[in-house]
Amino acid sequence: MDAVIKVQNLTHTYSVGTPFEKTAIHDINVEFYPGELVAVIGHTGSGKSTFMQHLDGLLAPTSGTVFVDGQDIFASKEATRDVRFKVGLVFQYPEYQLFEETVYKDIAFGPKNMKLSEAEIDERVREAAGFVGIGEELFEKSPLELSGGQKRRIAIAGVIAMRPKVLILDEPTAGLDPGGCEGIIRNILDYRAQTGSTVLLVTHSMDDAARIAGRLVVFDAGRIAMDGTPEEVFSRAPELTAMGLDVPQSAAIAQALRERGARLPGAVYTLEQLTAAVAALRKGAGAGA
Amino acid sequence: MLKDITLGQYFPGDTIVHRLDPRTKLILVIVFIAALFLAVDWLSYAAMFLVTALCVKVSTIRLRSILRGLKPLIFIIILTGVLNLFYTKGGTVLLDWWTFTVTTEGIKRAFLMVVRIMLLITGTFLLTYTTSPIALTDGLEILLNPLKRLRVPVHEMSMMMSMALRFIPTLIEETDKIMSAQKARGADFSTGRLTERARALLPLLVPLFVSSFRRADELAVAMESRCYHGGEGRTRMNALHMARRDVLALLCGAALLGGMIAMNVLGI
Repeated sequence: MDAVIKVQNLTHTYSVGTPFEKTAIHDINVEFYPGELVAVIGHTGSGKSTFMQHLDGLLAPTSGTVFVDGQDIFASKEATRDVRFKVGLVFQYPEYQLFEETVYKDIAFGPKNMKLSEAEIDERVREAAGFVGIGEELFEKSPLELSGGQKRRIAIAGVIAMRPKVLILDEPTAGLDPGGCEGIIRNILDYRAQTGSTVLLVTHSMDDAARIAGRLVVFDAGRIAMDGTPEEVFSRAPELTAMGLDVPQSAAIAQALRERGARLPGAVYTLEQLTAAVAALRKGAGAGA
Repeated sequence: MLKDITLGQYFPGDTIVHRLDPRTKLILVIVFIAALFLAVDWLSYAAMFLVTALCVKVSTIRLRSILRGLKPLIFIIILTGVLNLFYTKGGTVLLDWWTFTVTTEGIKRAFLMVVRIMLLITGTFLLTYTTSPIALTDGLEILLNPLKRLRVPVHEMSMMMSMALRFIPTLIEETDKIMSAQKARGADFSTGRLTERARALLPLLVPLFVSSFRRADELAVAMESRCYHGGEGRTRMNALHMARRDVLALLCGAALLGGMIAMNVLGI
Protein backbone atom coordinates (compact mmCIF):
# COMPACT_ATOMS: atom_id res chain seq x y z
CA MET A 1 0.00 0.00 0.00
CA ASP A 2 1.20 3.50 -0.80
CA ALA A 3 1.93 5.72 2.15
CA VAL A 4 -0.45 8.65 2.56
CA ILE A 5 2.27 10.60 4.37
CA LYS A 6 5.94 10.02 3.73
CA VAL A 7 8.55 11.96 5.70
CA GLN A 8 12.17 11.96 4.56
CA ASN A 9 15.17 13.20 6.53
CA LEU A 10 13.10 15.91 8.20
CA THR A 11 15.10 18.29 10.40
CA HIS A 12 13.90 21.52 11.96
CA THR A 13 16.00 24.08 13.78
CA TYR A 14 14.41 27.03 15.56
CA SER A 15 15.94 30.53 15.70
CA VAL A 16 18.91 29.78 13.45
CA GLY A 17 21.81 32.13 14.16
CA THR A 18 20.72 33.38 17.59
CA PRO A 19 21.73 32.26 21.08
CA PHE A 20 18.34 30.50 21.23
CA GLU A 21 19.13 28.19 18.31
CA LYS A 22 17.63 24.79 18.97
CA THR A 23 17.19 21.74 16.79
CA ALA A 24 13.75 20.37 17.63
CA ILE A 25 13.74 17.36 15.33
CA HIS A 26 16.65 15.51 13.70
CA ASP A 27 16.51 13.50 10.53
CA ILE A 28 13.04 11.98 10.89
CA ASN A 29 12.07 9.22 8.46
CA VAL A 30 8.61 7.72 8.78
CA GLU A 31 5.59 6.70 6.72
CA PHE A 32 1.90 6.57 7.56
CA TYR A 33 -0.57 4.40 5.65
CA PRO A 34 -4.23 4.93 4.78
CA GLY A 35 -6.63 3.97 7.56
CA GLU A 36 -3.99 3.63 10.27
CA LEU A 37 -4.59 4.82 13.80
CA VAL A 38 -1.21 5.84 15.14
CA ALA A 39 -0.51 7.13 18.62
CA VAL A 40 2.40 9.54 18.80
CA ILE A 41 4.00 9.54 22.21
CA GLY A 42 6.79 11.59 23.69
CA HIS A 43 7.83 13.70 26.60
CA THR A 44 7.11 17.44 26.53
CA GLY A 45 9.73 18.99 24.26
CA SER A 46 10.51 15.74 22.46
CA GLY A 47 9.68 17.37 19.13
CA LYS A 48 6.33 15.75 18.43
CA SER A 49 4.42 19.03 18.10
CA THR A 50 7.06 20.45 15.76
CA PHE A 51 6.85 17.26 13.73
CA MET A 52 3.06 17.45 13.50
CA GLN A 53 3.13 21.02 12.27
CA HIS A 54 5.33 19.98 9.35
CA LEU A 55 2.76 17.42 8.23
CA ASP A 56 0.25 20.24 7.78
CA GLY A 57 2.73 22.59 6.11
CA LEU A 58 2.61 25.07 8.98
CA LEU A 59 6.33 24.88 9.62
CA ALA A 60 8.79 24.61 6.78
CA PRO A 61 11.61 22.14 7.33
CA THR A 62 15.20 23.28 7.77
CA SER A 63 16.02 20.26 5.62
CA GLY A 64 14.17 17.21 4.38
CA THR A 65 10.83 16.68 2.66
CA VAL A 66 7.26 15.71 3.43
CA PHE A 67 5.12 13.97 0.83
CA VAL A 68 1.36 13.81 1.19
CA ASP A 69 -0.28 11.60 -1.43
CA GLY A 70 3.03 11.53 -3.24
CA GLN A 71 3.14 15.32 -3.55
CA ASP A 72 5.99 17.31 -1.99
CA ILE A 73 4.00 19.73 0.16
CA PHE A 74 6.72 22.37 0.24
CA ALA A 75 7.28 22.35 -3.52
CA SER A 76 5.08 25.42 -4.07
CA LYS A 77 2.80 27.77 -2.15
CA GLU A 78 -0.25 26.13 -3.72
CA ALA A 79 0.92 22.70 -2.64
CA THR A 80 1.39 23.93 0.92
CA ARG A 81 -2.08 25.43 0.94
CA ASP A 82 -3.65 22.33 -0.58
CA VAL A 83 -2.23 20.13 2.12
CA ARG A 84 -4.17 22.07 4.77
CA PHE A 85 -7.35 20.51 3.44
CA LYS A 86 -5.88 17.05 3.00
CA VAL A 87 -4.37 16.92 6.47
CA GLY A 88 -6.57 18.21 9.28
CA LEU A 89 -4.65 19.34 12.31
CA VAL A 90 -6.43 19.83 15.63
CA PHE A 91 -4.18 21.76 17.97
CA GLN A 92 -3.94 21.35 21.71
CA TYR A 93 -6.75 23.21 23.48
CA PRO A 94 -8.46 23.91 20.15
CA GLU A 95 -11.38 25.64 21.89
CA TYR A 96 -9.24 28.81 22.03
CA GLN A 97 -9.44 29.18 18.27
CA LEU A 98 -13.24 29.52 18.13
CA PHE A 99 -14.19 33.00 16.95
CA GLU A 100 -17.46 33.05 15.02
CA GLU A 101 -20.78 34.31 16.36
CA THR A 102 -22.45 30.94 16.04
CA VAL A 103 -21.41 27.32 16.34
CA TYR A 104 -22.60 26.66 12.79
CA LYS A 105 -20.49 29.43 11.28
CA ASP A 106 -17.43 28.33 13.20
CA ILE A 107 -17.64 24.77 11.95
CA ALA A 108 -18.24 26.15 8.45
CA PHE A 109 -15.04 28.23 8.50
CA GLY A 110 -12.80 25.49 7.08
CA PRO A 111 -15.18 24.33 4.32
CA LYS A 112 -15.79 27.98 3.41
CA ASN A 113 -12.06 28.49 2.94
CA MET A 114 -12.16 25.52 0.57
CA LYS A 115 -14.55 27.59 -1.57
CA LEU A 116 -17.27 24.94 -1.56
CA SER A 117 -20.91 25.58 -2.48
CA GLU A 118 -23.38 26.55 0.26
CA ALA A 119 -25.15 23.21 -0.02
CA GLU A 120 -21.88 21.28 0.26
CA ILE A 121 -20.84 23.37 3.27
CA ASP A 122 -24.17 22.76 4.96
CA GLU A 123 -23.91 19.03 4.42
CA ARG A 124 -20.39 18.92 5.81
CA VAL A 125 -21.18 21.02 8.87
CA ARG A 126 -24.09 18.74 9.78
CA GLU A 127 -22.03 15.64 9.21
CA ALA A 128 -19.07 16.92 11.25
CA ALA A 129 -21.32 18.08 14.09
CA GLY A 130 -22.91 14.63 14.05
CA PHE A 131 -19.54 12.92 14.44
CA VAL A 132 -18.74 14.84 17.62
CA GLY A 133 -22.26 14.68 19.04
CA ILE A 134 -23.18 18.36 18.71
CA GLY A 135 -26.94 18.62 18.18
CA GLU A 136 -28.57 21.08 15.79
CA GLU A 137 -30.15 22.92 18.70
CA LEU A 138 -26.67 24.35 19.45
CA PHE A 139 -26.01 25.58 15.90
CA GLU A 140 -27.24 29.13 16.51
CA LYS A 141 -25.59 29.57 19.92
CA SER A 142 -22.37 31.48 20.45
CA PRO A 143 -19.52 29.01 20.88
CA LEU A 144 -18.24 31.10 23.79
CA GLU A 145 -21.34 30.36 25.89
CA LEU A 146 -20.86 26.61 25.85
CA SER A 147 -19.01 24.31 28.23
CA GLY A 148 -15.33 23.45 27.79
CA GLY A 149 -16.07 19.95 26.51
CA GLN A 150 -18.62 21.22 24.00
CA LYS A 151 -16.24 23.92 22.76
CA ARG A 152 -13.58 21.30 22.17
CA ARG A 153 -15.99 19.12 20.18
CA ILE A 154 -16.98 22.09 18.05
CA ALA A 155 -13.33 22.89 17.35
CA ILE A 156 -12.70 19.28 16.33
CA ALA A 157 -15.81 19.36 14.14
CA GLY A 158 -14.39 22.47 12.46
CA VAL A 159 -11.43 20.40 11.25
CA ILE A 160 -13.41 17.23 10.46
CA ALA A 161 -15.74 19.33 8.29
CA MET A 162 -12.91 19.71 5.78
CA ARG A 163 -13.04 15.92 5.32
CA PRO A 164 -9.28 15.51 5.61
CA LYS A 165 -7.67 12.26 4.52
CA VAL A 166 -5.49 12.41 7.59
CA LEU A 167 -6.71 13.73 10.93
CA ILE A 168 -4.06 14.75 13.43
CA LEU A 169 -5.10 15.51 16.99
CA ASP A 170 -2.68 17.01 19.49
CA GLU A 171 -3.74 15.81 22.91
CA PRO A 172 -7.45 16.12 22.25
CA THR A 173 -8.37 15.06 25.77
CA ALA A 174 -6.01 17.33 27.75
CA GLY A 175 -7.74 19.05 30.63
CA LEU A 176 -11.09 17.28 30.27
CA ASP A 177 -12.82 15.23 32.96
CA PRO A 178 -12.76 11.40 32.51
CA GLY A 179 -16.24 11.37 31.00
CA GLY A 180 -15.27 14.06 28.50
CA CYS A 181 -12.06 12.22 27.57
CA GLU A 182 -13.91 8.98 26.97
CA GLY A 183 -16.50 10.79 24.84
CA ILE A 184 -13.89 12.39 22.61
CA ILE A 185 -11.94 9.17 22.19
CA ARG A 186 -15.15 7.38 21.21
CA ASN A 187 -15.99 10.18 18.71
CA ILE A 188 -12.58 9.79 17.11
CA LEU A 189 -12.91 6.02 16.87
CA ASP A 190 -16.38 6.34 15.32
CA TYR A 191 -15.15 8.92 12.88
CA ARG A 192 -12.32 6.71 11.75
CA ALA A 193 -14.52 3.62 11.51
CA GLN A 194 -17.02 5.47 9.31
CA THR A 195 -14.66 7.40 7.08
CA GLY A 196 -11.64 5.12 6.97
CA SER A 197 -9.31 8.09 7.32
CA THR A 198 -5.86 7.96 8.84
CA VAL A 199 -5.70 9.26 12.40
CA LEU A 200 -2.59 10.42 14.22
CA LEU A 201 -3.18 10.96 17.90
CA VAL A 202 -0.63 12.76 20.03
CA THR A 203 -1.20 11.64 23.58
CA HIS A 204 0.35 11.46 27.00
CA SER A 205 -1.99 8.72 28.10
CA MET A 206 -0.31 5.37 27.61
CA ASP A 207 -3.55 3.65 28.49
CA ASP A 208 -5.36 5.38 25.62
CA ALA A 209 -2.49 4.59 23.28
CA ALA A 210 -2.47 0.92 24.29
CA ARG A 211 -6.23 0.63 24.03
CA ILE A 212 -6.99 2.22 20.69
CA ALA A 213 -3.87 2.54 18.52
CA GLY A 214 -2.64 -0.10 16.12
CA ARG A 215 0.78 1.46 15.95
CA LEU A 216 2.87 3.56 18.33
CA VAL A 217 5.53 6.07 17.39
CA VAL A 218 7.68 7.22 20.28
CA PHE A 219 9.60 10.50 20.10
CA ASP A 220 12.60 11.15 22.27
CA ALA A 221 14.91 14.16 22.06
CA GLY A 222 13.85 15.05 18.53
CA ARG A 223 14.18 11.56 17.08
CA ILE A 224 11.87 8.60 16.61
CA ALA A 225 13.03 6.21 19.30
CA MET A 226 10.51 3.43 18.69
CA ASP A 227 7.96 2.63 16.03
CA GLY A 228 5.84 -0.50 16.20
CA THR A 229 2.77 -2.25 17.51
CA PRO A 230 1.77 -1.60 21.13
CA GLU A 231 3.06 -5.09 21.91
CA GLU A 232 6.51 -4.31 20.54
CA VAL A 233 6.74 -0.91 22.14
CA PHE A 234 5.46 -1.85 25.59
CA SER A 235 7.72 -4.87 25.74
CA ARG A 236 10.55 -2.31 25.97
CA ALA A 237 9.18 -0.86 29.18
CA PRO A 238 12.57 -0.05 30.79
CA GLU A 239 13.56 2.08 27.78
CA LEU A 240 10.26 3.95 27.96
CA THR A 241 10.81 4.64 31.63
CA ALA A 242 14.32 5.89 30.87
CA MET A 243 12.78 8.42 28.45
CA GLY A 244 10.55 9.68 31.25
CA LEU A 245 7.49 7.95 29.84
CA ASP A 246 5.05 5.66 31.58
CA VAL A 247 3.84 2.24 30.59
CA PRO A 248 0.11 1.51 30.67
CA GLN A 249 -1.14 0.70 34.17
CA SER A 250 -2.13 -2.80 33.09
CA ALA A 251 1.38 -3.46 31.79
CA ALA A 252 2.86 -2.18 35.05
CA ILE A 253 0.60 -4.44 37.11
CA ALA A 254 1.38 -7.41 34.87
CA GLN A 255 5.08 -6.75 35.31
CA ALA A 256 4.70 -6.52 39.11
CA LEU A 257 2.80 -9.82 39.12
CA ARG A 258 5.51 -11.45 37.02
CA GLU A 259 8.13 -10.29 39.48
CA ARG A 260 6.14 -12.02 42.20
CA GLY A 261 6.28 -15.26 40.24
CA ALA A 262 2.98 -15.17 38.34
CA ARG A 263 3.28 -16.70 34.90
CA LEU A 264 1.61 -14.18 32.61
CA PRO A 265 1.94 -14.01 28.83
CA GLY A 266 4.17 -11.28 27.38
CA ALA A 267 1.58 -9.16 25.62
CA VAL A 268 -0.43 -7.65 28.46
CA TYR A 269 -1.00 -3.92 28.19
CA THR A 270 -4.75 -3.31 28.22
CA LEU A 271 -7.27 -3.83 30.99
CA GLU A 272 -9.05 -6.53 28.96
CA GLN A 273 -5.85 -8.48 28.38
CA LEU A 274 -4.92 -8.21 32.04
CA THR A 275 -8.29 -9.45 33.28
CA ALA A 276 -8.20 -12.29 30.78
CA ALA A 277 -4.65 -13.25 31.77
CA VAL A 278 -5.40 -13.16 35.49
CA ALA A 279 -8.64 -15.11 34.97
CA ALA A 280 -6.74 -17.74 32.98
CA LEU A 281 -4.15 -17.92 35.74
CA ARG A 282 -6.78 -18.45 38.43
CA LYS A 283 -8.51 -21.05 36.34
CA GLY A 284 -5.22 -22.83 35.88
CA ALA A 285 -4.55 -22.64 39.61
CA GLY A 286 -8.10 -23.89 40.36
CA ALA A 287 -7.63 -26.86 38.04
CA GLY A 288 -4.33 -27.67 39.65
CA ALA A 289 -5.75 -27.65 43.18
CA MET B 1 7.84 34.30 12.18
CA LEU B 2 6.65 36.60 14.93
CA LYS B 3 9.06 34.97 17.34
CA ASP B 4 11.96 36.59 15.53
CA ILE B 5 11.08 40.08 16.73
CA THR B 6 14.04 41.13 18.84
CA LEU B 7 12.97 44.60 19.92
CA GLY B 8 13.51 44.75 23.65
CA GLN B 9 14.59 41.15 23.88
CA TYR B 10 16.83 40.07 26.71
CA PHE B 11 19.84 37.87 25.99
CA PRO B 12 20.88 36.28 29.28
CA GLY B 13 24.58 36.41 30.05
CA ASP B 14 27.09 36.88 32.83
CA THR B 15 29.35 39.73 31.74
CA ILE B 16 30.08 42.88 33.70
CA VAL B 17 27.51 44.69 31.54
CA HIS B 18 24.88 42.12 32.54
CA ARG B 19 25.82 42.32 36.22
CA LEU B 20 25.64 46.09 36.55
CA ASP B 21 22.75 47.40 38.62
CA PRO B 22 19.81 48.29 36.35
CA ARG B 23 19.76 51.79 37.86
CA THR B 24 23.38 52.27 36.84
CA LYS B 25 22.61 51.10 33.34
CA LEU B 26 19.58 53.38 33.04
CA ILE B 27 21.61 56.39 34.17
CA LEU B 28 24.46 55.42 31.85
CA VAL B 29 22.14 55.17 28.88
CA ILE B 30 20.84 58.68 29.59
CA VAL B 31 24.43 59.91 29.94
CA PHE B 32 25.31 58.10 26.72
CA ILE B 33 22.46 59.76 24.82
CA ALA B 34 23.38 63.18 26.18
CA ALA B 35 27.04 62.64 25.25
CA LEU B 36 26.03 61.47 21.78
CA PHE B 37 24.11 64.69 21.16
CA LEU B 38 27.10 66.74 22.30
CA ALA B 39 29.30 65.21 19.63
CA VAL B 40 30.06 67.69 16.84
CA ASP B 41 32.89 66.48 14.68
CA TRP B 42 35.00 63.52 13.60
CA LEU B 43 37.00 63.18 16.79
CA SER B 44 34.06 63.23 19.19
CA TYR B 45 32.09 60.83 16.99
CA ALA B 46 35.08 58.52 16.85
CA ALA B 47 35.25 58.60 20.64
CA MET B 48 31.55 57.72 20.94
CA PHE B 49 31.96 54.95 18.40
CA LEU B 50 34.85 53.47 20.34
CA VAL B 51 32.94 53.62 23.62
CA THR B 52 29.92 51.88 22.04
CA ALA B 53 32.07 49.25 20.35
CA LEU B 54 33.85 48.56 23.63
CA CYS B 55 30.54 48.10 25.49
CA VAL B 56 29.21 45.76 22.80
CA LYS B 57 32.44 43.77 22.88
CA VAL B 58 32.39 43.44 26.68
CA SER B 59 28.70 42.47 26.73
CA THR B 60 29.42 39.61 24.25
CA ILE B 61 26.23 40.45 22.38
CA ARG B 62 26.66 39.22 18.82
CA LEU B 63 26.96 41.86 16.15
CA ARG B 64 24.31 40.04 14.16
CA SER B 65 21.73 40.54 16.93
CA ILE B 66 22.45 44.25 16.94
CA LEU B 67 22.20 44.51 13.18
CA ARG B 68 18.88 42.69 13.30
CA GLY B 69 17.68 45.24 15.85
CA LEU B 70 18.67 48.04 13.47
CA LYS B 71 16.76 46.51 10.58
CA PRO B 72 13.23 47.74 11.42
CA LEU B 73 14.60 51.30 11.72
CA ILE B 74 16.45 51.25 8.42
CA PHE B 75 13.88 53.61 6.85
CA ILE B 76 14.43 56.31 9.46
CA ILE B 77 18.18 55.91 9.16
CA ILE B 78 18.13 56.27 5.37
CA LEU B 79 15.68 59.19 5.51
CA THR B 80 17.91 61.07 7.95
CA GLY B 81 20.92 60.41 5.78
CA VAL B 82 19.20 61.60 2.60
CA LEU B 83 17.75 64.75 4.20
CA ASN B 84 21.10 65.72 5.62
CA LEU B 85 22.81 64.97 2.35
CA PHE B 86 20.66 67.37 0.34
CA TYR B 87 19.80 70.08 2.83
CA THR B 88 23.14 70.91 4.41
CA LYS B 89 24.67 74.20 3.28
CA GLY B 90 28.36 74.98 3.22
CA GLY B 91 31.48 73.34 1.85
CA THR B 92 32.29 72.77 -1.80
CA VAL B 93 29.33 72.17 -4.09
CA LEU B 94 29.75 68.81 -5.80
CA LEU B 95 26.39 68.54 -7.52
CA ASP B 96 23.67 71.09 -8.18
CA TRP B 97 20.59 69.79 -9.95
CA TRP B 98 17.04 71.15 -9.60
CA THR B 99 16.44 71.63 -5.83
CA PHE B 100 19.13 69.13 -4.88
CA THR B 101 22.53 70.38 -3.88
CA VAL B 102 25.18 68.02 -2.62
CA THR B 103 28.10 69.60 -0.82
CA THR B 104 31.13 68.12 0.90
CA GLU B 105 29.67 69.38 4.16
CA GLY B 106 26.40 67.61 3.31
CA ILE B 107 28.15 64.28 2.80
CA LYS B 108 29.94 64.66 6.11
CA ARG B 109 26.76 65.66 7.98
CA ALA B 110 24.77 62.80 6.46
CA PHE B 111 27.44 60.30 7.42
CA LEU B 112 27.78 61.61 10.98
CA MET B 113 24.00 61.75 11.49
CA VAL B 114 23.58 58.15 10.33
CA VAL B 115 26.38 57.12 12.68
CA ARG B 116 24.69 59.03 15.51
CA ILE B 117 21.35 57.30 15.03
CA MET B 118 22.96 53.90 14.74
CA LEU B 119 24.98 54.45 17.91
CA LEU B 120 21.87 55.72 19.68
CA ILE B 121 19.93 52.60 18.81
CA THR B 122 22.84 50.31 19.62
CA GLY B 123 23.33 51.97 23.01
CA THR B 124 19.70 51.64 24.03
CA PHE B 125 19.49 48.10 22.68
CA LEU B 126 22.48 47.22 24.77
CA LEU B 127 20.39 48.12 27.81
CA THR B 128 17.45 45.92 26.90
CA TYR B 129 19.66 43.12 25.55
CA THR B 130 21.60 42.83 28.80
CA THR B 131 18.95 43.66 31.42
CA SER B 132 15.98 41.46 32.19
CA PRO B 133 12.69 43.34 31.87
CA ILE B 134 11.93 42.77 35.54
CA ALA B 135 15.25 44.29 36.65
CA LEU B 136 14.65 47.16 34.26
CA THR B 137 11.24 48.10 35.62
CA ASP B 138 12.47 47.64 39.19
CA GLY B 139 15.33 50.02 38.48
CA LEU B 140 13.01 52.48 36.83
CA GLU B 141 10.60 52.38 39.75
CA ILE B 142 13.35 53.22 42.24
CA LEU B 143 14.78 55.94 40.03
CA LEU B 144 11.35 57.52 39.64
CA ASN B 145 10.52 57.20 43.34
CA PRO B 146 10.92 60.93 44.05
CA LEU B 147 7.94 61.55 41.74
CA LYS B 148 5.70 59.83 44.31
CA ARG B 149 5.81 63.08 46.24
CA LEU B 150 4.02 64.65 43.29
CA ARG B 151 1.37 61.90 43.54
CA VAL B 152 2.55 60.18 40.38
CA PRO B 153 1.54 56.49 40.74
CA VAL B 154 5.08 55.23 40.14
CA HIS B 155 4.58 51.76 41.60
CA GLU B 156 1.38 51.11 39.68
CA MET B 157 2.99 52.30 36.48
CA SER B 158 6.02 50.08 36.87
CA MET B 159 3.83 47.13 37.85
CA MET B 160 1.78 47.63 34.70
CA MET B 161 4.93 47.94 32.67
CA SER B 162 6.50 44.78 34.01
CA MET B 163 3.25 42.90 33.47
CA ALA B 164 2.97 44.20 29.92
CA LEU B 165 6.58 43.18 29.25
CA ARG B 166 6.02 39.85 30.91
CA PHE B 167 3.06 39.12 28.66
CA ILE B 168 4.58 40.17 25.35
CA PRO B 169 6.18 36.76 24.74
CA THR B 170 3.02 35.01 25.92
CA LEU B 171 0.94 37.11 23.58
CA ILE B 172 3.30 36.49 20.66
CA GLU B 173 3.24 32.78 21.34
CA GLU B 174 -0.55 32.82 21.58
CA THR B 175 -0.82 34.78 18.33
CA ASP B 176 1.47 32.29 16.62
CA LYS B 177 -0.60 29.40 17.90
CA ILE B 178 -3.99 30.79 16.92
CA MET B 179 -2.60 31.84 13.55
CA SER B 180 -1.36 28.29 12.94
CA ALA B 181 -4.67 26.84 14.08
CA GLN B 182 -6.63 29.06 11.69
CA LYS B 183 -4.17 28.41 8.88
CA ALA B 184 -4.76 24.71 9.50
CA ARG B 185 -8.42 25.45 8.72
CA GLY B 186 -7.40 27.10 5.48
CA ALA B 187 -7.31 30.73 6.64
CA ASP B 188 -5.12 32.91 4.47
CA PHE B 189 -3.40 35.85 6.13
CA SER B 190 -1.00 36.87 3.41
CA THR B 191 -2.83 37.26 0.10
CA GLY B 192 -5.78 39.26 -1.15
CA ARG B 193 -6.68 42.95 -1.22
CA LEU B 194 -6.34 45.14 1.85
CA THR B 195 -10.00 44.80 2.89
CA GLU B 196 -9.84 41.05 2.48
CA ARG B 197 -6.71 40.88 4.55
CA ALA B 198 -8.24 43.03 7.28
CA ARG B 199 -11.24 40.71 7.39
CA ALA B 200 -8.90 37.70 7.47
CA LEU B 201 -7.53 39.01 10.77
CA LEU B 202 -10.87 38.55 12.52
CA PRO B 203 -10.35 34.83 13.21
CA LEU B 204 -7.08 35.84 14.84
CA LEU B 205 -8.17 38.89 16.82
CA VAL B 206 -11.36 37.54 18.35
CA PRO B 207 -9.73 34.54 20.08
CA LEU B 208 -6.79 36.75 21.06
CA PHE B 209 -9.05 39.28 22.79
CA VAL B 210 -11.08 36.59 24.47
CA SER B 211 -8.00 34.92 25.88
CA SER B 212 -6.38 38.23 26.90
CA PHE B 213 -9.40 39.18 28.99
CA ARG B 214 -9.54 35.74 30.51
CA ARG B 215 -5.85 35.89 31.32
CA ALA B 216 -6.08 39.39 32.82
CA ASP B 217 -8.92 38.23 35.02
CA GLU B 218 -7.02 35.14 36.15
CA LEU B 219 -3.92 37.20 36.86
CA ALA B 220 -5.85 39.71 38.96
CA VAL B 221 -7.38 36.91 41.01
CA ALA B 222 -4.00 35.21 41.42
CA MET B 223 -2.40 38.47 42.60
CA GLU B 224 -5.19 39.27 45.02
CA SER B 225 -5.18 35.78 46.46
CA ARG B 226 -1.52 36.39 47.26
CA CYS B 227 -2.55 39.55 49.11
CA TYR B 228 -1.31 42.05 46.55
CA HIS B 229 -2.70 45.46 47.43
CA GLY B 230 -0.43 47.93 45.68
CA GLY B 231 3.08 49.08 46.49
CA GLU B 232 2.49 50.22 50.07
CA GLY B 233 4.90 48.40 52.37
CA ARG B 234 5.90 45.89 49.72
CA THR B 235 9.41 44.46 50.02
CA ARG B 236 11.54 42.80 47.35
CA MET B 237 13.04 39.36 47.17
CA ASN B 238 15.97 40.60 45.12
CA ALA B 239 16.71 44.02 46.58
CA LEU B 240 18.91 46.04 44.28
CA HIS B 241 22.19 47.23 45.65
CA MET B 242 25.00 49.18 44.10
CA ALA B 243 28.40 47.45 44.02
CA ARG B 244 31.85 48.88 43.46
CA ARG B 245 31.59 48.16 39.73
CA ASP B 246 28.51 50.39 39.62
CA VAL B 247 30.41 53.28 41.17
CA LEU B 248 33.24 52.71 38.70
CA ALA B 249 30.85 52.53 35.78
CA LEU B 250 29.12 55.75 36.85
CA LEU B 251 32.51 57.46 37.17
CA CYS B 252 33.36 56.33 33.64
CA GLY B 253 30.02 57.74 32.51
CA ALA B 254 30.77 61.06 34.19
CA ALA B 255 34.22 61.13 32.56
CA LEU B 256 32.67 60.43 29.15
CA LEU B 257 30.13 63.20 29.59
CA GLY B 258 32.85 65.62 30.80
CA GLY B 259 35.07 64.72 27.88
CA MET B 260 32.27 65.20 25.38
CA ILE B 261 31.37 68.59 26.89
CA ALA B 262 34.99 69.64 26.54
CA MET B 263 35.13 68.44 22.92
CA ASN B 264 31.83 70.19 22.23
CA VAL B 265 33.23 73.47 23.53
CA LEU B 266 36.38 72.98 21.46
CA GLY B 267 34.25 72.02 18.49
CA ILE B 268 36.13 68.85 17.55
